[in-house]
Amino acid sequence: MANIMIRRGDKGEYVFYLPKRDLEDTITSMEFDTPEKWGGEIKLNNGGSYYIDPQPAPERLPYSVRARRLDAAE
Amino acid sequence: MANLTREETEALIAEVLEVYPEKAQKDRKKHLAVNDQSIEQSKKCITSNRKSLPGVMTIRGCAYAGSKGVVWGPIKDMIHISHGPVGCGQYSRAGRRNYYVGTTGINTYGTMNFTSDFQEKDIVFGGDKKLAKLIEEIEQLFPLNKGISVQSECPIGLIGDDIEAVSKKASAQFEKPVVPVRCEGFRGVSQSLGHHIANDAIRDWVFERDGKDLKSKFEPTPYDVTIIGDYNIGGDAWSSRILLEEMGLRVIAQWSGDGTIAEMENTPKAKLNLLHCYRSMNYISRHMEEKYGIPWMEYNFFGPTKIEESLRKIAAFFDESIQQKCEEVIAKYRPMVDAVIAKYKPRLTGKRVMLYVGGLRPRHVIGSYEDLGMEVVGTGYEFAHNDDYDRTIKEMGNATLLYDDVTGFEFEEFVKKVKPDLVGSGIKEKYIFQKMGIPFRQMHSWDYSGPYHGYDGFAIFARDMDMTLNNPCWNKLTPPWMKPAAESEDLAKAA
Repeated sequence: MANIMIRRGDKGEYVFYLPKRDLEDTITSMEFDTPEKWGGEIKLNNGGSYYIDPQPAPERLPYSVRARRLDAAE
Repeated sequence: MANLTREETEALIAEVLEVYPEKAQKDRKKHLAVNDQSIEQSKKCITSNRKSLPGVMTIRGCAYAGSKGVVWGPIKDMIHISHGPVGCGQYSRAGRRNYYVGTTGINTYGTMNFTSDFQEKDIVFGGDKKLAKLIEEIEQLFPLNKGISVQSECPIGLIGDDIEAVSKKASAQFEKPVVPVRCEGFRGVSQSLGHHIANDAIRDWVFERDGKDLKSKFEPTPYDVTIIGDYNIGGDAWSSRILLEEMGLRVIAQWSGDGTIAEMENTPKAKLNLLHCYRSMNYISRHMEEKYGIPWMEYNFFGPTKIEESLRKIAAFFDESIQQKCEEVIAKYRPMVDAVIAKYKPRLTGKRVMLYVGGLRPRHVIGSYEDLGMEVVGTGYEFAHNDDYDRTIKEMGNATLLYDDVTGFEFEEFVKKVKPDLVGSGIKEKYIFQKMGIPFRQMHSWDYSGPYHGYDGFAIFARDMDMTLNNPCWNKLTPPWMKPAAESEDLAKAA
C-alpha cells in the first residue's frame, strides 16, 4: 500500500503521483470514473497499474489516497 | 571539435567506466546515459537518487545542507540554529549569497551563524537543556526575531534528543514559531531529502500554526501570486519579481530568498504558486494544491525565449488585462534583449557548454545558452530524481551526455574527451577545470555575480559568459619556453 496523489493535468487528464518514488505519470485508464463510484484499477502511461478501493469521487482534486500496486512498470 | 554521435558518446561512457572494478562499473553505468529525446520515461535510460558509490568523489551535500542551506536558511527574519557541532553551520555560513534587505543582527539574520556548539558532554548527557538555554539567549540578544528554526545536525538524531518538545515549550513561552527540523545529515542520499524534510516542517509547523500573533490583516486581491523556489542568489528573485509586478500581479511571498515567516504564513492565500526550483519546493506546492486548492506551475526565467514562454503561461491563468500587460512587458524588454543578443551572440555563437549543477539549472539554463547561440552538450544533476530527468530529456539535444551524481573522475574524463568551450558547475570543480585550461563559470552562486534570472539577469549572464569565454588568459596557458620554436622567434623579433 502506498500513498498516492491524483491531480488534473494540463489537458484535463488524471495525473498520478507517487511521492515515495517521485513517480509522476498520466493515468491512461481508470476502472470506475463516475461521481458515485470512482477508483478501481488504474493504468499508468508507463505500463504500471495500481488499485484504489472504489469510493465516491473526491469533491476536489488533487486527492491523496491509499493505493495498492498491482503491477509496477520496472 | 564536432559533436559526438550516439555511438561515440556510448563508446566514451564505456571507456570512462573501464577503470572501475566490475561491481562499481555496473552501478555507475546506470547513472550515465546518452540522451534520446524519443524516451518518455527517464528511468528507462538513467537511474537517479541512489546512494553514492563509496570510494568515489561525489559532489553531493547532506540533508542538513538541503534544509538549512537551501530552504530555511534564506528566510531572513528567523534565526536558524545549527543544532549540533559548530562546523556544519560555520563552514556553510553565508556561502550561498542569498541576498536580502534588512539590517543583519537587528531584524534580519541571514548571514549570521547560530549554533549550539555541541561538546562531548552534550553527546553523553543530551543537548536539550542547552537548546532551551540557547533559545532563551537568542530572545534576549535578538528580540526582533520573528521565529526560530532548529536545524538538526547528525548527532541530534544519533543520540535521540527531543527537539520537538523543547521547541513546543519555547514556542509557547515566547509566542513565536519555533520549528524543529529533523534534517540530520545522514538521512537520505543527498541534500534532496533535506528539501523534503524542510518542506514537511513548513507544512506541519508554519501552516498548522494558529498564527494568533500575526498582527497584520491580509487583504486578498485576485492577482496574488507567490514566487516559490527562488533563493535570490545574487538578487535573482528581485529581477524575477519586477517582471511579475509589471504584469500587474501582486507577489505576496518569496520562498525563500529574501523571504519572511509572515510571507510563508500568507502563502496559502495566494491564487497561484509559481514554482522555479521544482526539486526543492514541489512537495509544498503539491500540498498547497491539495489542501488549499492553489494551482502551481513551473516557470523558467533564464533567457528571453523561456521568459516569454513562462510569462505567457503565467498570464494565461489570469484575465485579459494581465495578458495584455504581459505582452506589453515582453515588448518593453525586447529592444534591450535584442541589443544584448546583438552584442554577445557573435562572440559566443557555436561555443559548447557542459553543465553539472544542482536542482533546476541543468535544464533551466539551457534556453539561456541557446539564446546566445551556444549549445549544451552535456548536463547532469547532483541530486535529481526521475521526474527531473523526465523534464530534462526534452530540453537536451539528441546524443548529448547525461550524467547523474557524476564522480570527480568521470566528469574530468568527459570534459577531456568532449572538449567543451565552457564548463558550468560548482566551486569544488572550478579550479580543477581552470587549471586544465578550460573556461569555467560557477553555476551555483553565479561566480559572485548575478542576478541571472529575468531580462536584467540575462544581460548579466551574457556579459559574464563572454567575459569568461573570451578572456585573453586562455591562450596564455602555454609558457613561452614550451611554445614551438617558430612562434618564439616571432616574439623575439617583436621584442
